[in-house]
Amino acid sequence: MTGERRGPLAWRLVKGFALFWWDFLIGDTPELFVAALVTIGVVAVLRHLWHLNGVAALALPVLAIVALVVSVRRAVRGERRR
Amino acid sequence: MLAMVTGSTGVVVLVGAVFLACAVEMVEALTIVLAVGHTRGWRSAFEGTAVALVVLAALVALFGPTLVRVPLGVLRLVVGGVLLIFGMQWLRKAILRSSGLKAMHDEDAIYRAKVAELESVGAAQRDRVAFVMAFKGVFLEGLEVVITVLTLGTSAHRLGLASTVAAIAVVLVGIVGVVVARQLSSVPENAMKMGVGVLLVSYGTFWTGEGLHVRWPGNDVMLIGFVALYLLVTWTLVAYLRRERRLGEVVA
Repeated sequence: MTGERRGPLAWRLVKGFALFWWDFLIGDTPELFVAALVTIGVVAVLRHLWHLNGVAALALPVLAIVALVVSVRRAVRGERRR
Repeated sequence: MLAMVTGSTGVVVLVGAVFLACAVEMVEALTIVLAVGHTRGWRSAFEGTAVALVVLAALVALFGPTLVRVPLGVLRLVVGGVLLIFGMQWLRKAILRSSGLKAMHDEDAIYRAKVAELESVGAAQRDRVAFVMAFKGVFLEGLEVVITVLTLGTSAHRLGLASTVAAIAVVLVGIVGVVVARQLSSVPENAMKMGVGVLLVSYGTFWTGEGLHVRWPGNDVMLIGFVALYLLVTWTLVAYLRRERRLGEVVA
């Protein structure tokens, strides 16, 4: 609990802030973080490079659902291994 | 007429998402504060809570006006991405809990664990430990409320409404929590979490698309379509996992 052992206050605040965002966005589900980035990339390509608005509109929720299903399956496998 | 329908659809989903998210976080924060208050005395619990609320208010005052100045397209893309991740995390956890693959979030068990932790610490450190625990509980849960309110509120250009709804949720849960004291476990937290997850993923999908200039059929009405779609996916996943679990038990 003492400040001397854990470094100066400013450093602890920065570290705490970074850890909070890491835990908030990545935590124990890095696959969802990666999936969100891939989804954004795919939809951006579909919409802006290939000008396929309809396909982009369809791809966004479909990719989100695929990511959710994959993440749930991954958790189920993890539970079974335990 | 169409503009009214599309506008009110966005408001209803926004109000629902903010209210449920704030209520869930408030239940979690209240459990910790009640454990601290009952075990160590209310003074340190209230001090820790008050300081955390002041820090959270300062964060809203600092980042609220800054976020409003960010171009709407960029803001919606970033917020959409964050909500998509955050919403899927909530939904995943709620699906696993509903299908019995993960233990339910038990406020009574958390309360007992916090009380045991506080009782094990020596008397000399008493006030400081109680203050820090109350502060951390309120600050960390409150930070999620602040992020939800700021992101949803600024992206929808309804920060005032989002803040008001959040305040109502916090006050309501606070009053109910004080009245029922330690019976917070009776709150249907997982169902609420599932609802928040569905709403956050719906908003995340919608705003990510808006940020990338995707034209949604029916504009804001598409939000209702996303809510229905993600509810259906969630229901299907829970039903499938429950069935799979039951079959596994029969085979075993």
